[in-house]
Amino acid sequence: MRFKTRGVLPGFGLSLGYTVLYLGLLVLLPLSAMVIKSSSLGAHEFWSKVTDQRALAAYRLSFGAAFAGSLINAIFGVLVAWVLVRYRFPGRSIVDALVDLPFALPTAVAGIALTTVYAEHGVLGEQLAKIGVKVAFTPLGVTLALTFIGIPFVVRTVQPVLEELDPDIEEAAAVLGASRFQTFRRVIFPSLLPATLTGFALAFARALGEYGSVVFISGNMPLRTEITPLLIVTKLEQYDYAGATAIAGVMLSASFGLLLCVNLLERWARRAEAR
Amino acid sequence: MSVRVEKMIKRFASSNHEAPAVAGVSFEARAKAITTLLGPSGSGKSTLLRLIAGLEVPDEGRVFLDGEDVTFRSPRERNVGFVFQSYALFKHLCVADNIAFGMKIRGLPSVQVRKRVAELLSLVQLPGYGARFPAQLSGGQRQRVALARALAIEPKVLLLDEPFGALDTQVRLELREWLLALHERTGITTILVTHDQEEALELSSHVVLLEQGKIAQAGSPHELYDHPANEFVASFLGGANVIQRRVAHGAAQFGRNLLPAPNGASDGTPVHAFVRPHNIRVRKPNGDAAVDLGKIERLTRVGGFVKVYVSLPTGESITVQMPKSELDTLAVEPGDVVALDVLDAKVFAQRYSI
Amino acid sequence: MSGAITQAARTLHRRRTELGESKLARALLIALALLFLALFLLAPLATVFAAAFSKGASAYFAALAQDETVDAIRLTMLTAAISVPLNVAFGIAAAWLISKYDFWGKSVLVTLVDLPFSVSPVISGLIFVLLFGAHGWFGPWLAERDIKIIFAVPGIVMATTFVTFPLVAREVTAVMQAQGNEEEEAALTLGASGPQILFRITLPKVRWGLIYGVILCNARAMGEFGAVSVVSGHVRGLTNTLPLQVEILYNEYNFVGAFAVASLLAALALLTLCVKKLAEFAASSRQAKREASLSALGVPLRATTGLEGVAL
Repeated sequence: MRFKTRGVLPGFGLSLGYTVLYLGLLVLLPLSAMVIKSSSLGAHEFWSKVTDQRALAAYRLSFGAAFAGSLINAIFGVLVAWVLVRYRFPGRSIVDALVDLPFALPTAVAGIALTTVYAEHGVLGEQLAKIGVKVAFTPLGVTLALTFIGIPFVVRTVQPVLEELDPDIEEAAAVLGASRFQTFRRVIFPSLLPATLTGFALAFARALGEYGSVVFISGNMPLRTEITPLLIVTKLEQYDYAGATAIAGVMLSASFGLLLCVNLLERWARRAEAR
Repeated sequence: MSVRVEKMIKRFASSNHEAPAVAGVSFEARAKAITTLLGPSGSGKSTLLRLIAGLEVPDEGRVFLDGEDVTFRSPRERNVGFVFQSYALFKHLCVADNIAFGMKIRGLPSVQVRKRVAELLSLVQLPGYGARFPAQLSGGQRQRVALARALAIEPKVLLLDEPFGALDTQVRLELREWLLALHERTGITTILVTHDQEEALELSSHVVLLEQGKIAQAGSPHELYDHPANEFVASFLGGANVIQRRVAHGAAQFGRNLLPAPNGASDGTPVHAFVRPHNIRVRKPNGDAAVDLGKIERLTRVGGFVKVYVSLPTGESITVQMPKSELDTLAVEPGDVVALDVLDAKVFAQRYSI
Repeated sequence: MSGAITQAARTLHRRRTELGESKLARALLIALALLFLALFLLAPLATVFAAAFSKGASAYFAALAQDETVDAIRLTMLTAAISVPLNVAFGIAAAWLISKYDFWGKSVLVTLVDLPFSVSPVISGLIFVLLFGAHGWFGPWLAERDIKIIFAVPGIVMATTFVTFPLVAREVTAVMQAQGNEEEEAALTLGASGPQILFRITLPKVRWGLIYGVILCNARAMGEFGAVSVVSGHVRGLTNTLPLQVEILYNEYNFVGAFAVASLLAALALLTLCVKKLAEFAASSRQAKREASLSALGVPLRATTGLEGVAL
């Protein structure tokens, strides 16, 4: 009985073997270590570790700041994508390339740079201090750092959709009497919505787990400005492997949940496009 | 080299609940001839061609090249030339390297390779195009390069998958003629897949008409055209008027014409009569009551022919085709009532109700 | 054919401007977008270089010439030199597998390839500590043989490889999927073997996606912080990569030093962006460009081969 595969190109066995070996060693093995470790805790202990005060505060901060940052990105991401696709202006190519910077820049570099910018004597921090807004070492700082991280996500998912938008639709709306803003609100934005949401979810997922860019600007005060990943690191340094794993488990579930959402959103977006 | 396919069945994993793409097909493509696999979209013709090439593996059935069972052999070993609908030229290689690819793979000496590439380029009427890249060529030129590339390995069979589908009409017609001439020169067994029945009728000596994965009829183009085996064949090839009648006294009546009813059709059976537009004669009525009459709705000139749209008292409309000279002699106009004679028709028991 | 696309795009643009927003609105929107980007992108970027050179060029180069920094550079490059080739080999194999075949369990495989993307870098480091740390699965076994993985170079390489392996795979898969398999099938009918098809047809076809994937993988490998931070012992001169060195210098208030090292990494990031732009110009189709862009962001890979359309 031949192994039924679709596709006659040679190399199936070799590519499958190598891929499975690599994934098994690099992904499955470490992950199962984590799963097994988490399940080695009793349910009661697991729950108490996962819901103690410090952990809860960390979740609040991580989820809250990630949400806020991604929301900002959702709004401004659409704006930036619009400007890049629709308008021509000098330096457009460079700006377009720069949008990917948060993606290419090492997180530690971003972290210290953002801290310096928003610190009390920093370029922006000084101006903000004048109006009484403190950024560094506050949740606001965390939010801003997470906004930086998420910029490419919304812009890059919305751009292709904008590029393929049919101008006929807008013209039809205009002929029917819609103002430019009405056309945007009723006609254009609905077709951008799936991509925007996908970008939002991706930015959110990334922001949840972000460590390097945030750790410097947050100040890391437990119960106040401690993000969840840092909590994990702290527990590790205290050899509380179980605790670290438990909290990591919570984060992983959130990440998987988000990944699932993104999957569904993508499918919705593709179906919407096919129409 | 002859090609024989036996009881071929191919299902696609994504459509397990649907009918198979190829549902039990057996046919033979004679050596040195052009055989056409004809059919509408979804009939399985492309799949069948890919099965012959080895680009798909059948669920059941066998493929024989020159009597040898090659069913489980990889395409590499079958020595077939395959031309894709989208050409599949290697975009990063120039024309000469595209054509030379098969030969270089086989390790032929470069002097020989260069000579053969030049020969092939002049065979496909693109001499000197060797240094160009596919992106710089027109659709028709790309297709010719694809053919040259397939011919370069001296295949025993040439398989063409809707080779002219993506081209403009004019180019398509030119390439059709060119392909015929090429085939006469090379004499390679060729199997051509197309949905264009005109192409099939013009190019091949043997036509296999497929419907939903099964063979509807196979034979010479004339056979299918003049003696369609069923309604599907009759309506797919050549364009026809479909007139609905009921059998009475063993025949379907059309004016004076008694069209023989299909075998075993009892009186009262509804039938379809397929009448080709050029098999109807139009003349001025002369008072004969037994004749079928119709009213001319519209005249449309198409080149040297005229299409006459006639409506019948039954409410049906038919198209009559005649040379312009004949129309001039008749001197009729839209609105005139005319008498119709059916010269030939194929009558089938109703399979579908329209 | 590409000429036709730009012509259509030009027509599109012309039509839009006739019916679009007023000049004022347009200017405002552009200004707003640029302001947002300047605040969030340019400010940090400029700060890196400004702070690095704040005490002059000589201080800058002196900071880079520090022993610790040189060691960090060496370790970073070693890590990249090991993980990037490994991941490239994997990436090509996985891309070939995913884009050219359909098989049972394929979606599971695709999800596994996507995994490191959805996992926080800290967790990526954590799992290796759980495996190889002193109290981990293999901890005692390793201690017996005096093999150090965690808090040593091997751990750093492993964590880096884990975090960066999807990058090449996803980029190349996206491009392969967008370009389809017909050229490979044509080569097969012409008698080419597997390796011949891979090296003569497929790799040249996807070369720009591959290059971008490699550059991205390299940038991430050199710049990874969170995962490496967890598995490294932060031992200066031994287990410090460049990003970790940045952290150490910063925490010591050695700002010039920290930013000098950071500027190296920032320059690498800018180089990555340049290569991406180049790759975009060279990419043959809009579809391929789009797929490559989406895959870099973390949009899940599609478990399709593109063979579905061939049924007819």
